[in-house]
Formats: sequence, structure tokens, C-alpha cells
Amino acid sequence: MSQPRNEVVGGRRPYRRSMTGWWRRDPFFVRYMIREATALVVAAYSIVLLAGVLSLAQGEAAWNAWLAAMRSPISIALNLLMLVGMIYHSYSWFEIMPKTMPAMFVGGKRVTAATITMFGLVAAVAAALALFAAAWVLRP
Amino acid sequence: MKRSNAPIFWGLFGAGGMLSALLGPMLVFITGIAVPLGFLLPREQMSYPRMLAFAQHWAGKSFVFVVIALFIWHAAHRIFHSLHDFGIHGGTLAKLLCYGGALVVTLLALWSLLAVGF
Repeated sequence: MSQPRNEVVGGRRPYRRSMTGWWRRDPFFVRYMIREATALVVAAYSIVLLAGVLSLAQGEAAWNAWLAAMRSPISIALNLLMLVGMIYHSYSWFEIMPKTMPAMFVGGKRVTAATITMFGLVAAVAAALALFAAAWVLRP
Repeated sequence: MKRSNAPIFWGLFGAGGMLSALLGPMLVFITGIAVPLGFLLPREQMSYPRMLAFAQHWAGKSFVFVVIALFIWHAAHRIFHSLHDFGIHGGTLAKLLCYGGALVVTLLALWSLLAVGF
């Protein structure tokens, strides 16, 4: 058990450094917080799509209302912000991948962190292009 | 010893993180920017009959479900573990809100994708 916060020691309260804004003290922590904050973007996109399928299930009028909302300037602006957040999520996901996956060896040599990150980013660009190609092929 | 349920949440977090890292940016671009503006892709790309057909096909249905569900489970897990950094030392309530929210989103997606028919 930790000690109570305001326990009196020798007639005075011991100094405790405040934790408020702790992550702004170091650029490393700031990057960590931005990385964690990308979860808000991923959640927001999931909810936007959920609103879409809920509208789709309610029929044509509801779907067209969802489409009209997606075309509003505020939605376009928010989606541009989401795009930036999602790109940062993608970048940071592969940036920390060398630390989150087990060590990999090829020919008895450990694969370097930079190589793993590079392969991940190449895969992300390839997946994005493949998805756009699919949309392009399916266009009316 | 009681088996931990943590690996399931970490697994969903990892799968959702990977899927959103690979497809997230282009999905946002297509559905949120390109099609609404008619930029590079036509606006009719997401017209009602086309999207209904897409959601009725087993492949389209599965794709949309997997994206919605894995994205929200990834986010819920990450947000739950970040609460600590903001001085919210999450107990059962925080866990219930995060994972319960993800469950509600998953079930609503499942329900609407089944409701559009096959």
C-alpha cells in the first residue's frame, strides 16, 4: 500500500511534485500522448461508419441524409483532420512495431528496428493503393 | 488459477491497430473526402442501390463489420489504458464504459448489417 497523500511527517507535509501536465515536460512523452490520442480518431471513424450502416438499414431516405451530412463542409473538414490523425496512427503503429513484436532473425542476424518499420510502412502504402484500386475498379 | 481475459482484449487491440494502420487512411479518404466531393471517385459510388448491394453481399457485409468492430475494440482498449495517464485510475466503471461501449457498437453494426438482408 502507498502512503496516504497528506500524511504528516515531522509536523509538516512532505513535498510532492504535482503530476499535472506531466507529459508536456518531455517531447518523448508528448509523442506518446499523441500516439495514444489517435485512438480517438479510430473510434470516431468506427462510429461514422456505424451511423452509415444504421442509416442504410433504415432505407433510402435515411441513407441519403447520412450522405448529405458527409458532404457538409464541416464533415469534410473533420474528415481531413481524421485523415491526418489516421496517417499519424499508421506511421506511429509501425514506428513502435519493433518494440511490440518478438525479435526476428533472418540468417542468424537480428532484423533491425529500422527495417521492420520500413517494411510496415511499405505494406501500409501498398494496402492503401490496393484499396483505392478496388474502389476505382468498382466505380460506376 | 482463474484464466485471464486480457489476451482477448490485447488481441483485438492488435488486430484493430494493424487493420486501421493498413486501411484507415485510405478508408477515411474514400468515404469522407473523395466520394462526398466527387474528387477522383464519382459521388454515385456510394449511392443507395450500390451501397445496399455492397452491404447485402457476404464479402461487403463482412468487410464493413470487421472494420467497425475491430476499429472500436482497438480504440476502446487504448483509451482504457490511457485513462491512467490522465489521473483516472480506472476501476470497473471505466472498464465497463470502454469495453461496454465497444460491445454496443459491435452489436449495433451486426444488427444493421443483418437487417439489410442478403
